[in-house]
Amino acid sequence: MSLNRRLFIGTAAAMTAGLAAPWVRAQTKPRVVVIGGGPGGGTVARYLAKDAGDALDITLVEANPIYTTCFFSNLYIGGFWDFENLQHGYDKIAAGGVTVINDMAMGVDRAAKTVTLAGGQVLPYDRLVLSPGIDFKDGSVPGWSADQHAEIMPHAYKAGPQTQLLKKQVEEMREGGLFCMVAPPNPYRCPPGPYERISMVAHVLKTRNPTAKILVLDPKDKYSKQALFEEGWQKHYSGMVEWLGPDMGGGVVEVRPDTMEVVVDGEVTKVDVCNVIPGQMAGKIAQIAQVTDDNGWAPVMPDSMKSKLDENVFVLGDASAQGDMPKSGFAANSQAKIVAMTIRGELTGSKVFPAKYTNTCWSLIAPEDGVKVGASYEPTPEKIASVTSFVSNTGEDAALRKATYEESLGWYAGITTDIFG
Amino acid sequence: MRKAVSRIWTAFAILAAGALAAPASAELIGDAQRGATLFERQCKACHQIGEGAINRVGPQLNRIFGRRAATGADFTYSKSMARMGADGLTWTLETLDVYIENPKALVSGTRMNYRGMADDQSRSDLLAFLRTLSDNPQNIPEAEPTARMTDHDLDPAILSIKGDPEYGEYLSSECVTCHQPDGTDQGIPAITMWPEEDFVIAMHAYKRKFRPHPVMQMMASRLSDEEIAALAAYFATLGQ
Ligand SMILES: Cc1cc2nc3c(=O)[nH]c(=O)nc-3n(C[C@H](O)[C@H](O)[C@H](O)COP(=O)(O)OP(=O)(O)OC[C@H]3O[C@@H](n4cnc5c(N)ncnc54)[C@H](O)[C@@H]3O)c2cc1C
Ligand code: HEC
Ligand code: HEC
Repeated sequence: MSLNRRLFIGTAAAMTAGLAAPWVRAQTKPRVVVIGGGPGGGTVARYLAKDAGDALDITLVEANPIYTTCFFSNLYIGGFWDFENLQHGYDKIAAGGVTVINDMAMGVDRAAKTVTLAGGQVLPYDRLVLSPGIDFKDGSVPGWSADQHAEIMPHAYKAGPQTQLLKKQVEEMREGGLFCMVAPPNPYRCPPGPYERISMVAHVLKTRNPTAKILVLDPKDKYSKQALFEEGWQKHYSGMVEWLGPDMGGGVVEVRPDTMEVVVDGEVTKVDVCNVIPGQMAGKIAQIAQVTDDNGWAPVMPDSMKSKLDENVFVLGDASAQGDMPKSGFAANSQAKIVAMTIRGELTGSKVFPAKYTNTCWSLIAPEDGVKVGASYEPTPEKIASVTSFVSNTGEDAALRKATYEESLGWYAGITTDIFG
Repeated sequence: MRKAVSRIWTAFAILAAGALAAPASAELIGDAQRGATLFERQCKACHQIGEGAINRVGPQLNRIFGRRAATGADFTYSKSMARMGADGLTWTLETLDVYIENPKALVSGTRMNYRGMADDQSRSDLLAFLRTLSDNPQNIPEAEPTARMTDHDLDPAILSIKGDPEYGEYLSSECVTCHQPDGTDQGIPAITMWPEEDFVIAMHAYKRKFRPHPVMQMMASRLSDEEIAALAAYFATLGQ
């Protein structure tokens, strides 16, 4: 029964391909091109190869030969994780049957169904998967641009040399200096990320430079796990962290990288280290492919992560606008499984089950003081909607916080194996 | 069918308790004297209780009510029990009842090598006995009509569902973000190569919130009985 159906669909697909493009008659396997080898794209490529490697021709296009995870990069800044342990190669994904091309995708022609790479190569596709992560919105923080100022005031919001630079700046900050973070407006990747970072910077300063201070300038009046972070900062780093929300001027900030100054509501403050995390949008290639909306994110169907603008294109992870899920590595990995299942169903006739999604994000506040937040999700006609959720409680004892931290180590090992093999 | 009956019973019990507000009218947990005899026969080989009790194969069991699991002094617990204690598992009438009925339902990797006490009345008697050796027995309800009568054991029909490992493989994709398929046991427990029944019992213990862990409660809450069986069948085959 299912064998027949598979044969039938296979034949039909081959016939259509033959009609549309007679010169590729020899090409028998449907082609899937995945752009971006992070938690979203890496997982899609690996799962497609694992479950349908014989039936599909799968190509992964990723700009960097080594992926550096943003998750746990704050722990690296805090001294709890080695830089090398953030890094993952693509050899196992390739060994699983994926053609991995380390190049930058520069163009997408949705009418011709091709992708053009910086090196000139043109890749035809039957299904295109975009998981390019984020890019920064120009002009989001007056006085700062990623091209010109990231070496002075790092964002460290794409992991790699930026993360190393920020860590170095924190460690070398003058005694009693001021660390400033310009926090991002919603929506942005990893909602608790900036505040976990504050915790890790505070930990480093507490041990190396205890008279230093931290200033957080925030355009949001509330943020993820706020009660937990505030409790933790009070407990572990009392008097060190000052957080200014929009009502205190945290939302109208200009930076002056040349003089290392920050202007808050007209008042000039001299800072020693400044971490600027600007406003964000879908990675550039999604804009180029014209699958994004006015806000810069790519709207997708909640039950499949298929672009609302093109039925042959899927967008997942940080770049997508899907509803209630946060932009996290966990979420991208969860969405990837639905994308892989859907594509496999469309191209090979395999069974497609109803979509469901989950997310859990751990944050480290201080040594062995871990917290978590998570939720499960289901597609509704309008969006991916949260079904149930949980969050760690304030006042939890040390044993539970330690167990939570240890879980996060297990999760890191689990998810990176699931993405990269 | 059986479920529905017990639910109606529970609803009735809540009504009754509320309406009469008379704890005296509720039945006692059980017969403490009979419980003492049961303890002699079934627990004493490993546990001491009462004056001068010390740790033996198992920890001493004085003042067990209200005690966080795995916090008895000077006793080395299994990793599994220690994790449950860290998660917040505390010994109450209900959790003790679940544990004594089937230790693995609550703590899969427990070192307590005891097959469990199936008979509801016997457990009640045993709990009544343990209660007399607690710090403040008067703080522990002598009877808890709503909690006492809910069954903890799984309907045998659930245990007899034959899981489809192929379906389980599909479902497992949301588990392997945390649980590694190669059985690595670091920070998050390994769940491969378990006897299927233990796996099903553990998942239902999360689903029914006997086990405190919020992530797993959430994961289990949206799995049907068939899906749990399928996952058990699939993970049982991994690593073989
Ligand atoms: C400090 C910090 C902490 C975080 N902590 C957590 C956490 O604890 N848990 C969690 O779940 N998430 C966390 N996140 C979020 C997580 O990193 C992201 O949500 C996740 O990486 C998104 O995955 P993605 O596949 O959408 O995009 P990305 O991971 O950004 O991957 C995109 C990939 O595409 C490549 N690419 C982009 N454009 C092109 C192109 N045109 N051609 C070729 N390649 C291209 C990029 O090089 C990149 O490798 C954190 C993020 C930060 C910044
Ligand atoms: C074969 C030996 C053995 C028998 C019989 C046994 N136990 Fe245990 N018990 C243990 C061990 C060992 C532990 C520690 C378990 C662990 O660390 O996983 C334990 C733990 C416990 C705990 C948890 C204590 C704590 O500090 O968290 C309780 C409660 C308990 N047993 C009750 C009983 C009762 C009641 C009986 C009789 C019905 C019984 N046990 C029979 C060996 C036994
Ligand atoms: C977000 C991470 C995460 C995901 C996803 C997850 N688990 Fe778990 N799981 C855990 C943690 C953490 C524990 C330990 C819980 C505890 O202490 O009770 C656990 C415990 C378990 C246990 C009991 C193990 C033991 O030794 O007692 C089983 C069985 C289990 N999970 C099965 C599953 C299945 C099946 C899925 C997928 C449907 C799943 N888990 C998805 C994190 C996860």
